[in-house]
Amino acid sequence: MLASTAKPAPEAPALVVRGLSKRFGGVQALDGVDLTLCAGETMALIGENGAGKSTLVKILTGIHAADAGTVSVFGRPFAARSPRDAWAAGITAIHQETVMFDELSVAENVFMGHMPLTPRGLVDWGTMRAATAELLDRLDADVEPDTPLKRLGVAQKHLVEIARALSHDARIVIMDEPTAALSAREIDDLFRIVGQLKAEGRAVVFISHKFDEIFRVADRWTCLRDGRHVGEGAIADVTEADLVRLMVGRSIDQVFPKQDVPIGDVVLEVEGLSNATEFADVSFSLRRGEILGLYGLVGAGRSEAMQALFGLTRPTRGSVRIDGAAVTIRSPADAVAAGMAYVPEDRQVQGAVLPMGIRENLTLAGIAAGPLARFLSRDRELATTRRFGGRLAVKAATWDQRLRELSGGNQQKVVIAKWLAMEPRILILDEPTKGIDVGSKAAVHAFMSELAAQGLAIVLVSSELPEVLGMSDTVLVMHEGRIVKRLPRAQATPEAVVTAATGGGHA
Amino acid sequence: MSDQAQAGSRYDVADRAARSWGERLTSWESILALLLVAVFVVNGLLSPYFLDLFNLSDATFNFSEKALVALPMALLVLVREIDLSVAATIALASLAMGLCAEAGAGTPVLILVGLCVGLVCGTANGLLVTAVGLPSIVVTIGTMSLFRGIAQVVLGDQAVTKYPSGLGAIGQGYLVDMPPVPLSFALFLAAAAVAAVVLHRTALGRQLYAIGNNPVAARFSGVPVDRIRFGLFAVTGLVSGLAAVLLTGRIGSTRPNIAMGWELEIVTMVVLGGVSIAGGAGTVGGVVLAVFVLGFATFGLSLVNVPGIVINILLGVLLVAAIAVPVVAGRLMGRAPTRD
Ligand SMILES: Nc1ncnc2c1ncn2[C@@H]1O[C@H](COP(=O)(O)OP(=O)(O)OP(=O)(O)O)[C@@H](O)[C@H]1O
Ligand SMILES: [Mg+2]
Repeated sequence: MLASTAKPAPEAPALVVRGLSKRFGGVQALDGVDLTLCAGETMALIGENGAGKSTLVKILTGIHAADAGTVSVFGRPFAARSPRDAWAAGITAIHQETVMFDELSVAENVFMGHMPLTPRGLVDWGTMRAATAELLDRLDADVEPDTPLKRLGVAQKHLVEIARALSHDARIVIMDEPTAALSAREIDDLFRIVGQLKAEGRAVVFISHKFDEIFRVADRWTCLRDGRHVGEGAIADVTEADLVRLMVGRSIDQVFPKQDVPIGDVVLEVEGLSNATEFADVSFSLRRGEILGLYGLVGAGRSEAMQALFGLTRPTRGSVRIDGAAVTIRSPADAVAAGMAYVPEDRQVQGAVLPMGIRENLTLAGIAAGPLARFLSRDRELATTRRFGGRLAVKAATWDQRLRELSGGNQQKVVIAKWLAMEPRILILDEPTKGIDVGSKAAVHAFMSELAAQGLAIVLVSSELPEVLGMSDTVLVMHEGRIVKRLPRAQATPEAVVTAATGGGHA
Repeated sequence: MSDQAQAGSRYDVADRAARSWGERLTSWESILALLLVAVFVVNGLLSPYFLDLFNLSDATFNFSEKALVALPMALLVLVREIDLSVAATIALASLAMGLCAEAGAGTPVLILVGLCVGLVCGTANGLLVTAVGLPSIVVTIGTMSLFRGIAQVVLGDQAVTKYPSGLGAIGQGYLVDMPPVPLSFALFLAAAAVAAVVLHRTALGRQLYAIGNNPVAARFSGVPVDRIRFGLFAVTGLVSGLAAVLLTGRIGSTRPNIAMGWELEIVTMVVLGGVSIAGGAGTVGGVVLAVFVLGFATFGLSLVNVPGIVINILLGVLLVAAIAVPVVAGRLMGRAPTRD
């Protein structure tokens, strides 16, 4: 397994963590965690939402300071006080929540904080552009170094974030849910890069809630539960079920196919929805109780079409009918008034109001749907919050806790709950289970199924094939802005869907 | 299925956070309240005339008009907007009242004119910001020059002084004689109560906080962001018109430099009141306390004959300190750096 390295062997493990603890107010996020990582190896760090994975990453990259415990990197004691210290020690990370500069170019984002300089101390734009282009090329990303970041979609931004991490010549690369925003093709590219990194003798920490990925890339695993280390070992020695049991403390039916429920009348009809560049001639109809899966590669125009439908952008053409009557939706407020809900793809910017509490976030869509001059009742808000937050297994200290203090997956659950609590008639979900752990994902799927049985009509945009296939009554496949295939559940095989998504099988 | 449905019960989530006394005492409102007590104690010691009911009620005349405008301004700042044209709006409204007064209009008409001009100015700002999509700081710096410029061109170095006595009764009048409660002060208290209820108890208030903290997510959640922002600009204009009515009635004249520089005093009240200039945080209570701190500190200092310029310097120092202290204290207490 050991690849040849430039360094003389044998050497100390790449990373040794002993007894690491971190407390946030009343929450013990990490409690005496141990971890050992060797060069040339990929370690999967697993655990439920809120188990402490990202907290560990943030300590290793100097964003948080640990309360107790030691870290050593290649045998040297290490305590990062800033991301710069971490880079210096050879640690780089793709963070779960990306912090990037929307107004700057892709290249500037990639090299922020360590731009190459000319001998006279000015930014060496040529080198920077070329290096960025090369990194993006390795990722097979269709992005130009000079493009302003704000013009990119979520997945493309994520690729830039990955390029940024790789721009440091690091010996330890940490990836906190790097695949959450990506579709199959980009994930393949990412895994190829992980393979390269390993072959170069670098160590990789890989965090994901998707077991197929874990089994594909990892050599070893370490599991956290409620901030404690509950086990580690070689991937070859365990099954998925073992890991799930260890993570959750019980076994879980992961695949949660949608129940067959009577499909009712047509609620939503979309006809010829188009805009100038991103999607064209999108037409479909949606019935009560139906879940319509929308699959496609990143950039296929799925999210863009849904955002136009929800009134966030103006389509150039197309008509929308709800219950047979034509409607004009100019803003999300109109869409909400028409009974529509949209769980957006980018939870940090579009979904969560991070400085506000769980209760205030969870009730926001419902409040916005009602009249402005209306008194709020804290008790009623709390009841709603308990009901939906509990149902989606939100882990928090109090219902007033600010969203920015929740783990990524728990933020996502609150954003989903916000829209369910508004009790819509048409629900559009854009990558809803991104970053959610197995148990909670099953809970979300069960809830979707139950709501469909009650007559809710759902559009599910997802890049996760098992989710689309398991949950949808009908699968629509988009490719380059158009719907290229409509497959009823029985015919929606993985091959058929993927072929259509990559533009094959047109004839 | 039931197994999954119960997954939520796995976590114990408390209904509300226990707020310690330490947190309560270091809240911005508590600090302002202490500051207010200090202002009263120090001024009471400095001058025997300060703690006199009639003097104190007289003092409110000097800040109630500004304080009224500070309330909608606080809501604007809360949603990441600002209106720097409020003082110029007051000047324009006062000018319009003056022209009508010279044409012989009575008090009710003058009040209506003042309010309408204010509303029109606010609506213009609101349209430029929401419909055209310009940043409010740019728009209102522009309209500030525009409104003030019109007043100056029309008035030249003249002044309108022929106002009916009814208007004076509004600007200088008392709602209650004993204890003495000036009408303008009573209006401010009533407006503050309305603002507090709206901001802290209604659906609109919650949406203001949501916009201020994340306008994108607010829009995605169905909050009518632009309609709300437009409304706030309109209300700010309207209240500026009301301030113009009170001020014109109180001083009985309109000069081109009327209410000069008030926009900064008003913004000072808002910022000292703890409304975050970055949006999303602040309370009406804080703004009311800041109004009192600023108003009574100014009054006390002028009682002991501190020159106006020195008072301004002192208030400037107070403002910068008020903003810097929490930041510096946070650093000293070693708060972990946040990434957003
Ligand atoms: N800044 C903070 N303030 C308070 N609590 C925090 C803060 N950051 C994290 N926590 C808490 O620490 C715990 C661990 O969070 P962490 O983000 O490490 O989870 P995670 O394992 O990465 O979960 P996920 O899979 O959802 O990303 C959670 O209970 C979270 O609420
Ligand atoms: Mg995380």
